[in-house]
Amino acid sequence: MTERGALRRALSPATLARLGVIAALLVIWEVGARAFGDPLFIAPPSRVLMGLGSVFGTRGVPGALGITLFELVVAFALAVAIGLAVGLVLGLNGFARASFMPMVLLVYGMPQITILPLFVLAFGIGPTTKIVFGVTHGVFPIVLTVVAGVQNIKPILLTSARAMGASFWQQFRHVIFPHMIPSFFTGMRLGMTGVLLGVLLAELYVSTAGIGFFTTQFTQNFDPVRLLGLIGTLAAMAVVLNAVMRGLEAHYARWRD
Amino acid sequence: MSARRLGVRIVQVAVPAVLIALWYLATTRWGVSRILLPNPVAVVEALKNVLATGEFLPDLRVTLLELAVAFAISATSGVAIGFLISRSGYRIRVYEPLLAAIYAVPLILFLPLYVLWFGLGPASKIALGATISFFPVVLATIAGFGNVDRVMVTAARAMGASNFQLFRFVLLPAAFPVILAGMRVGFTVALLSIIGSETLASLAGLGHHIVELSENMEMPRMFAYVAFVVAIAAVLNLVVFRLEAWGRRR
Repeated sequence: MTERGALRRALSPATLARLGVIAALLVIWEVGARAFGDPLFIAPPSRVLMGLGSVFGTRGVPGALGITLFELVVAFALAVAIGLAVGLVLGLNGFARASFMPMVLLVYGMPQITILPLFVLAFGIGPTTKIVFGVTHGVFPIVLTVVAGVQNIKPILLTSARAMGASFWQQFRHVIFPHMIPSFFTGMRLGMTGVLLGVLLAELYVSTAGIGFFTTQFTQNFDPVRLLGLIGTLAAMAVVLNAVMRGLEAHYARWRD
Repeated sequence: MSARRLGVRIVQVAVPAVLIALWYLATTRWGVSRILLPNPVAVVEALKNVLATGEFLPDLRVTLLELAVAFAISATSGVAIGFLISRSGYRIRVYEPLLAAIYAVPLILFLPLYVLWFGLGPASKIALGATISFFPVVLATIAGFGNVDRVMVTAARAMGASNFQLFRFVLLPAAFPVILAGMRVGFTVALLSIIGSETLASLAGLGHHIVELSENMEMPRMFAYVAFVVAIAAVLNLVVFRLEAWGRRR
């Protein structure tokens, strides 16, 4: 029943038209690049696709991509753990929230990219810098959504749980936790966006190693085939990670409906 | 209640004060490397010097010019394309998910490509800033024009409103606040991506200057510039926030 509904939605006229738009854009890119494009600056998508082999064949590129994925996963896990802990403390303790929330919002509003050189000085050009920078980007949206999620619990639920003699752990396990699940997954999705931004910013900034080294090299060698291939691979990585988070969010938001 | 508010105030004053004291002690007593953490007094001195000599002006001018051009491009194209898409529910269903999906990809990945196309100068920063800030504007415009109450449109039509009158007196007033909110987000995003792309690959601008100072190990000056950029960003965002509030009231 639902499967057929999903299939019908997947084949709706709007979805088909959207696929048509994407295909048209690819055709314009292909024809335009072949007819008018300077091969030093742009490559048609067919050639980029065929050139993926040479991207992965470039010494060090598969390693750099693997390390980036590793950094994304570790940074995301740390951002979730820290964001959840800080968010719960701020969400459940009114005094802590009143005291520290303005500071959290203030720090969140600052352009962190300005202190990226400091991260490199402190942690070097390796994965540590990129993980830390990813965490500092991803942790804030998670903290904010967890705080909001905990706050949105109807006080009557907590009061009645307490009246029935629930311990703090029982309140957490059976009232707070199920209630914050949907907003927690929204926070994880936003956190993933932040982690992707932070890790990729740091990867692109460090031009002597990792992804930044190869993007700089491909740019300086006027090699759009491999540059587009590498960027496309990273974008695909981001799309997959975003899709996973979106799927989890939709799955865990179901019980509310 | 007021005792609690007093406690909150004390914490809010005490935490930054303790952090600054720790920072001072770390640099003067505990021998934390000056290259990582300059003395706060030296930072304040450097900031005074930077502000007094006006040496920030050329870089500030570059950054603000890039920001102005990028935002002008993204605001006009975002509103125009968003309006065209919002004219039919079918077009909204076709394009809106596509635009939202592209916006979810970290578009900073375009920077190496733009550097290849436009070089290290301001053009690549403008292109990146315009690309990234286009999305919040276009998505807000679609949402604004797309969610106008059908009853109002039908009523205006029934009273014989022309296309222009419908736009001027029904569609625009309904969509304006949403578009303004999208523009505010777009402005913030444009500012961030321009400072970011200056940091990653550029020849001039505030982000570039910060990197240059850190590579020359002039840490007090670098910290001073970070503080300066944070202040500039805060002031610009506040101005835009005020403009939005002002525009909403009208």
